[in-house]
Amino acid sequence: MDQGLIFWTIVGMGVVTYLPRLLPILFLSGRNLHPLIIAWLRLVPPAVLAAMLMPSLLVRESGRIEPGFDNLFLWAALITFTVAWKWQSLFATVLVGMALVALGRALGWGD
Amino acid sequence: MADVALTPTQSCWAGARRALPIVLGYVPIGFAYGVLAGKSGLSGGNTLLMSLIVFAGSAQFIAVGLLAAGTGPAAIILTTFIVNLRHMLMAASLSPYLNGWSKRGLALFSSQLTDETFALHSSGARRLEVCPLEALALNFTAQSSWVAGTLLGVIACGLIGDVKPFGLDYALAAMFIGLLVSQCENRFRVITALFAGGLATLFFLAGWHQLYIILAAVLGATFGLVVQRWTRG
Repeated sequence: MDQGLIFWTIVGMGVVTYLPRLLPILFLSGRNLHPLIIAWLRLVPPAVLAAMLMPSLLVRESGRIEPGFDNLFLWAALITFTVAWKWQSLFATVLVGMALVALGRALGWGD
Repeated sequence: MADVALTPTQSCWAGARRALPIVLGYVPIGFAYGVLAGKSGLSGGNTLLMSLIVFAGSAQFIAVGLLAAGTGPAAIILTTFIVNLRHMLMAASLSPYLNGWSKRGLALFSSQLTDETFALHSSGARRLEVCPLEALALNFTAQSSWVAGTLLGVIACGLIGDVKPFGLDYALAAMFIGLLVSQCENRFRVITALFAGGLATLFFLAGWHQLYIILAAVLGATFGLVVQRWTRG
């Protein structure tokens, strides 16, 4: 594809990404929502985060669940979870996670 | 509110400081995106433009993959829309805390709403009400690091073959782990997370690669709410 067409594709991507970010905030802020809806919205963050995280750890390139020893991401996650829980530091958690995976690969573990 | 009022400068610094863990994740991931986009035939200008006006990590990686595969503009834009639809849920869940904000502030704030800035804002949601400037500074710092990482990737594209030996491709997962742990403050939230994560894995295995996150999140939060109401009577 030529760069001019790619440019317009990116502009289109920008528009369809911005609207779902903007509209709920514009329409819902300043309104009194039903307590049940608020209680539901409070559960959205852990639900979204887990929905993004879990498949990325369990399903690797093969396209099947890989719970085994070979799954470096999963083993690194176990230690990373412990670090996150004990230290309560996002910065340390990200560093330790990346270091574990780099170390694992240097030792020839996983891909 | 017991908070001591901060000066505007202090607020900006506070927001930038809170964004540091995101910066740590965004620079390497933005770098990886920049390298990949260059290798897929995007010009440096277009690669940067996407980080400036789309600013959504996973969608940018997917779009670059589709471009490399020769997919047309309409399919790429539609895929981006579906992949990023989850931001709707995030925007809705932050909206109760944004009552006192100006329209212009909201327009700016929502343009920089990502998985990561959302997670930080929702674990410190009270700060949103207290200090809009701090929230905007947090977002601005996050996007700046994303664009900076992209720029480094564009520059290094010719020099680097693979980002894997440095564990850069794990930064996102590690960040989600840290954010998720900070979100799991009671057992209902843990139940919600486990249920949503399990469903997402099933949906992903079923081949719903565009919609699995939003579907699993909606069902997971609903399940968590039902359990919560049921247990507390």
